[in-house]
Amino acid sequence: MYTQGLDLVPKGAEAQRPKDAEEVRLEEEFQKKIDAEIRIEPDDWMPEGYRRTLIRQISQHAHSEIVGMLPEGNWVTRAPTLRRKAILLAKIQDEAGHGLYLYSACETLGVSREELIEQLLSGKAKYSSIFNYPTLTWADVGIIGWLVDGAAIMNQVPLQRCSYGPYARAMIRICREESFHQRQGYEIVMAMAQGTPEQRRMVQDALNRWWWPVLMMFGPPDKDSWHTAQSMKWKIKRFTNDELRQRFVDAVVPQAERLGLKIPDPHLKWNPERGHYDFGEVPWDEFWRVVRGDGPCNRQRLEQRRRAWEEGRWVREAALTYAEKRRRRREAARAA
Amino acid sequence: MDRQEVLFEYLLRLGDNALILGQRLCELVGWAPELEEEMALANIALDCIGQARLFLSYAGEVEGRGRDEDALAFRRDVLDLRNALLVEQPNGDFAHTIGRLFLISAFNEQLYAALTGSADRRLADIAQKALVETRYHVRHSGEWVIRLGDGTEESHRRMQKAIDDLWMYTGELFTTDEIDRKIAEAGIGPDPATLKPAWDRRVEAVLREATLERPQDGWMPTGGKDGRMHSEHLGHLLAEMQFLQRAYPDARW
Ligand SMILES: [Fe+2]
Ligand SMILES: [Fe+2]
Ligand SMILES: [Fe+2]
Repeated sequence: MYTQGLDLVPKGAEAQRPKDAEEVRLEEEFQKKIDAEIRIEPDDWMPEGYRRTLIRQISQHAHSEIVGMLPEGNWVTRAPTLRRKAILLAKIQDEAGHGLYLYSACETLGVSREELIEQLLSGKAKYSSIFNYPTLTWADVGIIGWLVDGAAIMNQVPLQRCSYGPYARAMIRICREESFHQRQGYEIVMAMAQGTPEQRRMVQDALNRWWWPVLMMFGPPDKDSWHTAQSMKWKIKRFTNDELRQRFVDAVVPQAERLGLKIPDPHLKWNPERGHYDFGEVPWDEFWRVVRGDGPCNRQRLEQRRRAWEEGRWVREAALTYAEKRRRRREAARAA
Repeated sequence: MDRQEVLFEYLLRLGDNALILGQRLCELVGWAPELEEEMALANIALDCIGQARLFLSYAGEVEGRGRDEDALAFRRDVLDLRNALLVEQPNGDFAHTIGRLFLISAFNEQLYAALTGSADRRLADIAQKALVETRYHVRHSGEWVIRLGDGTEESHRRMQKAIDDLWMYTGELFTTDEIDRKIAEAGIGPDPATLKPAWDRRVEAVLREATLERPQDGWMPTGGKDGRMHSEHLGHLLAEMQFLQRAYPDARW
């Protein structure tokens, strides 16, 4: 997903101080609510770990929406038709909106948007590593819609039932739009797959480049994903990384076949006993390298976010100053 | 020039203004000063591209040579573009982006309002839709002109400079040539000169509230809407926008 379970905090690093009886009681009650599928709302008591996990996950998701605008933004000026340009613009605008709802959901947990943006720009916060790959041809825009938004949907549909109310509600709005994103991507890919030899080459090349990074979007394998068990218990998460990855592969392989595209995995094979596709090993060393900052576009993406933020500083300051002036003028008028 | 040819030229002017402004705004994806503005600019760009599609599709039909919106957007070169010089000016800083958007939108607001009464039904319908969108563009950009003008010292200086820099390109909007005269005579559209007083009032009110000075009218270049002489900027914009259609002329997307 856009959050990839990127919990780089080693196991046990969150200090365990002894809990008093009251805290134990509150935690039990909290878990009872969770088990009864009662939504947790911002004013409800919640364990510190629950709050921290949510902040981490939701903010990573928000940052991913924002950074995710950049690879597609790279093509909006070069979209091949006016219709495609309009659809891509609408999609990018949606992603900015997703970022906004998610930052707002995060604010209900007691962190401000400014703090979160600071964390992104300083490189402290993570975003989905998928956006650290380049968009080289128009086919990449199609593949992103089809597979990247497709993988996001696979992850986000269960999040509509996340135990934390504001996050779950944000997801419901977001999922509605994501399915349109996936469709437009599939449409681009289909047009190119049925197009000229040059177009077919572009689209196969894009699939080759994106396939493994897309599978990485579901996060590390379950055996290496230390937060999964607790997140499942808290019903922040409903399926494991590997379960979602498998579902995704099962859904996408037939689509690729229909398009006449070849998935770049020699081990990919239908397994009738399991009722699932078997597939090769995801190159996890690449995943960890990109997560740690060494991907094709990590520096470029952050640099653009930083530059946009810096160049916009005088504008934000002006808006604040103006709002303050107006407030004072209105007060002065009322006093007079 | 017969009636159809005049209408075709006129529709290109409308369509190209929307197209080129929309394309300029597309360049800003990922560069807005804050997230809300990212959405607003993308939304305005989307409106412009939508308007361009309506005007250019209609232009293609009027021309009757089988060119659709994409043939007109992606397969014409600088000599055949009919947008005003103002919209092809580069984005510059946020003050320039906003200043350009405000000056052209305040003009379009008057123009589209007049076009809703066009003798040409199809054009009147397009104008009606575009007018609703453009009112929002004027409001949004006007509010920014005020905020920046009456904000900090730096923002005031930048906003004044932007208005000063762009002012010379506003003259062309109100010039009346042969095409405009024929369009006005046929009751299809207004004589642009008649839109000036309302535009002046609108712009002056915003500048005043923004504590900005209205620049002196000096020399005003022309040559955009009649295609006589665009600026050097347009060719680069087209090179980027038209790349795929030019590089792969047989492909369908
Ligand atoms: Fe999204
Ligand atoms: Fe998402
Ligand atoms: Fe999306």
